[in-house]
Amino acid sequence: MKKSGAKIFVDTLIEHGVDTIFGFPGGAVLPIYDQLYQSPVRHILTRHEQGAIHAADGYARVTGKAGICIATSGPGATNLVTGLANAFMDSVPLIAFSGQVPTSMIGNDSFQEADIYGITIPVTKYNYLVKDVNNLRRVLDEAFHIARTGRPGPVLIDIPKDVQIKETEFWEGKEIDLPPNHRADDLDIQKQIKRAAEAIRNAKRPVLYVGGGAIISGASEPLKKLAEKASIPVTTTLMGKGSFPETHPLSLGMLGMHGTKYANYAVTEADLLIAIGARFDDRVTGDIKRFAPNAGIIHIDIDPAEISKIIKVDIPMVGDANDILSALCKMLESKRHPEWLDKIAEWKRDYPLSYDKSGNEIKPQYVVEKIYEVTKGDAIIATEVGQNQMWAAQYYLLDRPRSFVSSGGLGTMGFGFPASIGAKVGCPDRVVFDIAGDGSFQMTIQELATAVQDGINVKIAILNNGYLGMVRQWQEIFFGRRYSSTCLGKSPDFVAIAKGYGAEGIRVTKPEDVEPAIKQALQTDKPVVIDFCVSPEENVFPMVPPGEAIDKMLDQGSGK
Amino acid sequence: MRHTITVLVENKFGVLARISSLFSARGFNIESLSVGETIDPTISRMTLVTSGDDQIIEQVIKQLRRLIDVIKVSDLSDMEYVEREMVLLKVSADSQNRAEILRICDIFRGKIIDVSPKTLTLEVTGVQDKISAMIGLLKPMGIIEIARTGKVAMSRAKK
Ligand SMILES: Cc1cc2nc3c(=O)[nH]c(=O)nc-3n(C[C@H](O)[C@H](O)[C@H](O)COP(=O)(O)OP(=O)(O)OC[C@H]3O[C@@H](n4cnc5c(N)ncnc54)[C@H](O)[C@@H]3O)c2cc1C
Ligand SMILES: Cc1ncc(C[n+]2csc(CCOP(=O)(O)OP(=O)(O)O)c2C)c(N)n1
Ligand SMILES: [Mg+2]
Repeated sequence: MKKSGAKIFVDTLIEHGVDTIFGFPGGAVLPIYDQLYQSPVRHILTRHEQGAIHAADGYARVTGKAGICIATSGPGATNLVTGLANAFMDSVPLIAFSGQVPTSMIGNDSFQEADIYGITIPVTKYNYLVKDVNNLRRVLDEAFHIARTGRPGPVLIDIPKDVQIKETEFWEGKEIDLPPNHRADDLDIQKQIKRAAEAIRNAKRPVLYVGGGAIISGASEPLKKLAEKASIPVTTTLMGKGSFPETHPLSLGMLGMHGTKYANYAVTEADLLIAIGARFDDRVTGDIKRFAPNAGIIHIDIDPAEISKIIKVDIPMVGDANDILSALCKMLESKRHPEWLDKIAEWKRDYPLSYDKSGNEIKPQYVVEKIYEVTKGDAIIATEVGQNQMWAAQYYLLDRPRSFVSSGGLGTMGFGFPASIGAKVGCPDRVVFDIAGDGSFQMTIQELATAVQDGINVKIAILNNGYLGMVRQWQEIFFGRRYSSTCLGKSPDFVAIAKGYGAEGIRVTKPEDVEPAIKQALQTDKPVVIDFCVSPEENVFPMVPPGEAIDKMLDQGSGK
Repeated sequence: MRHTITVLVENKFGVLARISSLFSARGFNIESLSVGETIDPTISRMTLVTSGDDQIIEQVIKQLRRLIDVIKVSDLSDMEYVEREMVLLKVSADSQNRAEILRICDIFRGKIIDVSPKTLTLEVTGVQDKISAMIGLLKPMGIIEIARTGKVAMSRAKK
């Protein structure tokens, strides 16, 4: 039996367990859309291709499955680029499809032609231009393998229109023939595990520094075991948030530029730093020469290229975090560090996260705290980028993984809202909140139409400060309060906009109305935008100035 | 330090673009790059010359290994190896310096592969230092055109 490329496409997706795709049609993908019309796969029509790819990304982060999105050739395809770069930076498994002009017309500057293959080489884990329908099935199978295994990442597949139409008998899956997706260096892992266990046994001031890799790997259980057994405090990166319960007594919260003081102090004083699926990002390390200056470093990562990329590692362990931690746990006896934990308790007592609660303006931190309380810490939190993102990270404590959806590596404004839509589609039974900034939200606000049309009940909490707040904060502290192009002027009427799209809108201007508004939003069976009018010039603290050591943090009142 | 690295890659569309994109995206420099098919036509061999401190070279190698189409990466600088580069040189030659050019060509075991009333074209093969030395000697005569292949290299057989 022969099948067309478009039919192979849809059938293969179904075989790989795909139930939802996010996309936006156009001329070069008409044959595929025609197949989707009769298929059981749910297609969610976004209002911009960037919305589609961020939604697929959010879906992937909360489910662990590959997110799928599709766009037409030319402008449709180029609209995917930010989303690909975003997923690439954060190691998110994603497969993006773009239509392409027919193979005979490639290279002729044809209508809506763009060299999306060439454009996306640097922002994908791998990409394909499928020129022959006989290869389509193999390419699709390979793409799922590449996107999901090893260090996950986005794959783009560019499919010319004639390849979608042509028919072939070669549509059955075969074993794929690919080099191993990650190769351990020639390190004997058993030997390394022994060395790590020895180092942990000898450590007096150990700290676990846990990143997104622990979430990807599903390593929360062995991580908790290890921390409790050897009595090691745990700090997570923004991407690692939720891998270790943040309400646990051993939790230090987030480290880095806007991390807690106690996390940054602990890392600075540590004699052993155990990095797990974390990549020593500059937002985390500050001045690298003064990062964990007294510590031996153990680094567990699936990607050999991450080992000693930024900082020289003493005990490298290449492999899956879950596997390695489980093996490591077995090698360890219980151990206590009363002095070290006392020291940390002291820091926690003396330097808690705090903000100025005086005055009768709504503080953005207060809003996040209330969302936390009302949702009992059990919501999925998406964030935009900027101050809103940092407050969400600081004040919404998460006890479980795959619940924090935030653009870490690329810092893409406009990511959070469409990603929250994807997250809600992936986890329909959980409450999903997008903690948004007034600036970021306006970059993908059109996706309100998507949420309304498809009945995707996400809640958007805008921390409306009237500014591109994070940039304004830098201007305030480092550029003498010269607010160049960061004031957003008179705010658009977000309530009216929400209602205009058919969603619900609530405006909150008084602290006492914060909690009732959140409750009302949760009771409303619709997407809801809550416009929290918060203190315009509130800053995120603590803050490590760029290039400083992470224990040299600015605090409330400094810099003004 | 300068390193000579050989890379076996899948011989398919786009691989060269991926390698050069990697080098530009990560700010690694490429001093020379040469590519050709191996005995197995589905596999190509690249020889590339790059420089940097140990940490950078380690990253160059690890980042190359991350690429899906890369099969094997070896840093020849860690072992004994042989290397060659070929150069074609069109030199302006008049009655006065023609003999001198021929002599230099001879010393470097080059070949004259084209002659015209006003030029001589030389083909020379050797290690990069030798080629550079020869170019230095011919420069005063007036080099009209030059084409270098970039270095190719392989490890020495174990004895
Ligand atoms: C405005 C702003 C401010 C920020 N401030 C901070 C801050 O104060 N603190 C902070 O922490 N971040 C901050 N970030 C985020 C920061 O930019 C980085 O995105 C983040 O620190 C990287 O997290 P990570 O190290 O966990 O790495 P990720 O990007 O999550 O990388 C995951 C790592 O795990 C590895 N891995 C993948 N799978 C596995 C597996 N199965 N087993 C083992 N390893 C695996 C990967 O190879 C990779 O090395 C900020 C971002 C923005 C936009
Ligand atoms: C697409 C994009 N453009 C610019 C930036 C730079 N940037 C980082 S944070 C920020 C301000 C975000 O403003 P808003 O969404 O209102 O959040 P706030 O910081 O006020 O909470 C800007 C402009 C970015 N991260 N992404
Ligand atoms: Mg703002």
